[in-house]
Amino acid sequence: MKAESNTAQAKKWFLKGLRDGIPIAAGYFAVSFALGITARNAGLTWYQATIASLLCNASAGEYAGFEVIASHGSYITMALITAIISARYMLMSVTLSQKLSPEVNTPQRLFVGFWVTDEIFGASSTVPGKLNPHYNYGLAICSLSFWALGTCLGVVLGNILPANIVTALGVLLYGMFLAIIMPEGRKNKKVGVIILISMGVSFAFSRLPYVSSLSEGTRIIIITLLIAGAAAFIFPVKDDGADESAAAAGGEDEI
Amino acid sequence: MKNNVYIYILVMAGVSFLLRALPLTLIRKEIKNRYFRSFLYYVPYVTLAVMTFPAIMDASEHRIAGIASLIAGMAAAYFGAGLFPTAIICSVIIFVFGLVLR
Repeated sequence: MKAESNTAQAKKWFLKGLRDGIPIAAGYFAVSFALGITARNAGLTWYQATIASLLCNASAGEYAGFEVIASHGSYITMALITAIISARYMLMSVTLSQKLSPEVNTPQRLFVGFWVTDEIFGASSTVPGKLNPHYNYGLAICSLSFWALGTCLGVVLGNILPANIVTALGVLLYGMFLAIIMPEGRKNKKVGVIILISMGVSFAFSRLPYVSSLSEGTRIIIITLLIAGAAAFIFPVKDDGADESAAAAGGEDEI
Repeated sequence: MKNNVYIYILVMAGVSFLLRALPLTLIRKEIKNRYFRSFLYYVPYVTLAVMTFPAIMDASEHRIAGIASLIAGMAAAYFGAGLFPTAIICSVIIFVFGLVLR
């Protein structure tokens, strides 16, 4: 009886996830196309890029990873930069761990974790009450197939499309990054100022002697540790958890 | 030295997976350390800002196009345009500037 109702619940949430994943899939498709172009420029084949998207499920993380590959960085650099850029997923996973019922077993938790993205986190963490992991599976299978497909087509069609269109599509990712950070910058003025400072320091690092000779990945790590570290020291977030959930939902989007 | 692409991908995938899976499976209690939580909170904003600028300026042939795209994207996102519209706005501006400044 109980098992039956659990199965029905699981099915209901899975289907709801598939449906709610459609708008996310549309956004992912366009953005991952641009990511595919980055992968192509880094020298990856269509199947290598597709595997990377299927295994990593990360926009900014994959972008930075492809940059590391393009610049022939070390595996350590790759591990570090992935950890730094995807650090926010840790916070999301911590939040989701509070949202799952204790009955949810370890394999299910691993699947939920594997498919944590800004958008899936945004959708699943706003579910009232406890979270059914099947909702995450539905969201992920719907949206992330288009993530992989878009990456694949970006590599393939990036060769065929005219240069000015490829350039324009490549900028989609920067637009997406802005869409992730700016809403929080508006809500929390400290974050807004930190965004501007980060851009200024990034510009300085790209032009100044010595530091400009560092690889882009290394510069990202150094600037992030410096500014986020200083910001945490100067403006520690309140302990009521409000800022934390806001941070974790930084990439949340209604599309 | 030429590194193997598949090892790169495995490192990237492995680290991504560990970051996401470990908190869900191991840490059942909330992280209490205020400094660590604050640090995690600020990380994405700094990182994404750094990755966007000045890279967006150097993304096309025309620096002015990148700057216009950045400003429009920041404004659109600030006023709640959302992920997809913001990305499209940035992209269209680069494309139009490319046609006009050719």
